[in-house]
Amino acid sequence: MTGSDREAPQRSVDRPHPASRIAAKFAALKAEGRGALVTYLQGYDPDRETSLALLRGLPGAGADLIEVGVPFTDPMADGPAIQRAAQRALKVGATLEGVLGLVRDFRQGDDGTPIILMGYYNPILAYGVDRFCVDAAAAGVDGLIVVDVPPEEAGEIEPQARAAGLDLIRLVAPTTDDARLPRVLAATSGFVYYVSITGITGTRSATAASLEEAIPRIRKHTSLPIAIGFGIRTPQQAGEAARLADGAVVGTALVDTLAASLEEDGTARPETVGLVLDQVGALAAAVRGR
Amino acid sequence: MNKPLPNTYRQGPDSQGRFGQFGGRFVAETLMPLILEVEQAYEAAKRDPAFDAEWRRLLTHYVGRPSPLWFAERLTAHLGGAKVYFKRDELNHTGAHKINAVLGQILLAKRMGKTRIIAETGAGQHGVATATVCALFDLPCTVFMGATDVERQQPNVFRMKLLGAEVVPVTSGAATLKDAMNEALRYWVANVQDTYYCIGTVAGPHPYPVMVRDFQSVIGEEAKQQMQAAEGRLPDALVAAIGGGSNAMGLFYPFLDDSSVRMYGVEAAGHGVETEQHAASLTKGRPGVLHGNRTYLLQDAHGQITEAHSISAGLDYPGVGPEHSWLHELGRVQYVSATDDEALAAFQLCSKLEGIIPALEPAHALAHVIRMAPTLPKEEIILMNLCGRGDKDIFTVARHLGVEM
Ligand SMILES: Cc1ncc(COP(=O)(O)O)c(C=O)c1O
Repeated sequence: MTGSDREAPQRSVDRPHPASRIAAKFAALKAEGRGALVTYLQGYDPDRETSLALLRGLPGAGADLIEVGVPFTDPMADGPAIQRAAQRALKVGATLEGVLGLVRDFRQGDDGTPIILMGYYNPILAYGVDRFCVDAAAAGVDGLIVVDVPPEEAGEIEPQARAAGLDLIRLVAPTTDDARLPRVLAATSGFVYYVSITGITGTRSATAASLEEAIPRIRKHTSLPIAIGFGIRTPQQAGEAARLADGAVVGTALVDTLAASLEEDGTARPETVGLVLDQVGALAAAVRGR
Repeated sequence: MNKPLPNTYRQGPDSQGRFGQFGGRFVAETLMPLILEVEQAYEAAKRDPAFDAEWRRLLTHYVGRPSPLWFAERLTAHLGGAKVYFKRDELNHTGAHKINAVLGQILLAKRMGKTRIIAETGAGQHGVATATVCALFDLPCTVFMGATDVERQQPNVFRMKLLGAEVVPVTSGAATLKDAMNEALRYWVANVQDTYYCIGTVAGPHPYPVMVRDFQSVIGEEAKQQMQAAEGRLPDALVAAIGGGSNAMGLFYPFLDDSSVRMYGVEAAGHGVETEQHAASLTKGRPGVLHGNRTYLLQDAHGQITEAHSISAGLDYPGVGPEHSWLHELGRVQYVSATDDEALAAFQLCSKLEGIIPALEPAHALAHVIRMAPTLPKEEIILMNLCGRGDKDIFTVARHLGVEM
């Protein structure tokens, strides 16, 4: 049992899906000769309306792919900034269902920008794995990063995600050695998320030298695009990472800007959306080599 | 469930670390290689007679094992029913069962070449045990403890510091055991090269639940022999408190295939399982994934983990070890609960009748014994795990009794 009470989607309807938005986006950027800017914000941080305004503004500000964090009470792989973002979101009633609703609303005005949900397994289990994958795909989600489901537990969600046409993006860490790498990559689709530091989000940054060594090591084992995340804060770092790999993920730095813009009670101010999007613009300029 | 019952309850976990659907290895990729390394090292250590010999030497000469089996005669007479025996793990060095598994794990960490130890703690007993063994082996030790627990377990915080450990108060979430475990896992992710995470109960990702159970099983193995010597037979019922479930697994495991032995795990009912303020994961929770394993959890309809409550910091955890979830669904162990007030009453009764001040954790087990013994015939035997002593709790108890200290 997968923890879901719903029927599994029929494998026989595992029809070819339209080329995934993620693959299409990376292919288009490759043709343009540049890497991707991937942004991360928590859904519902600090409230639904602001969160939706941010989502809608991200592509125009220069985000190529969008990660939406799904709030969880116990984000084991995240540092204090994202923990607090989750607490703010939960306080205003964020749920997995609500985050799917956000994506649905976003999709009405944007059919091209890939959306990846990043979060932890328990809210998905509570929702029901089978139903979640179907509903996420229907809402316009393209890929999933389920932080605490490693390849060893892939059977939990991989068949349902595949049947629904969702990419399962896996984390590769500096601790993932050459013996283990093929196994992790075999379980990955969409792109590879290279966690550039051994650590949690928002704590430190990788050195350019360590990335220059790590990315070719992964390339030897996969033809999927590679995005670098955890610890990328500045436009310069984002530009370097996007050139070295195929994309740079910026999360905590944006969450920090958002948090700093809030009222003391954690509610949004009129300038919140603009401040975050300005920062995205600066990151995007660096990624585009401007 | 229409699955056939297993012909042994002692086979688990499988190679994926599963007890039925429970357990597993739900950790981020950064930790995964490390978890696999711990598993390999543990498998090798288990087959090494020298490892076992060293662990047992320490248990005998440092911890003071075997712990006695005590016939609680005055309590038995008071309750007027079944005979009550205590397995006295509160007499261990450091005052609780925790040190059994800490010694095993620190020996493992040394084998693995790890040079730093981290631990989470609730009541502080596991933190004290870890700090103690780290002092003995000259290893730097960092203990993560919820800020709320730092407040209510001051004596243990001071003990850990005396022993040379660094105590890190954790302020995230409700600042109790769950949050301490999150923080320890976060620290571990960032310090994987040199650090070993010494988990204090039968929870966490595989292999921790099986490893801690194996080490704690020394409790049940001794008790089985001691009961044979004292009564020439097996006990009829085992009773143990359930936080994460390590003292209970340690007592139960060697008896699981003895079908005449009934087993009761006692969860903390806090203000009552009908309120929101309890820590009864098996009684009131449902399966989910937290801290690396699938198990029963206190959670809301959306899969957000809810806060546990118990007067006992050691039971104040919204989850439970996966093997307990499995035994619960199979019906091999009965999971019941005791409230804060029942535990407080048991705490006082035990002190007055037996001259033993129990920890608040086993006081929950005793509360169930107090309910159960009078309903059973005098020939029956109840064996309870008195897994910790109450010195650490006297301030909490005094406060609840309205006594100024
Ligand atoms: C004396 C004592 N008993 C029980 C527990 C609960 O843990 P477990 O259920 O793993 O035995 C603790 C935890 O701190 C403890 O100190």
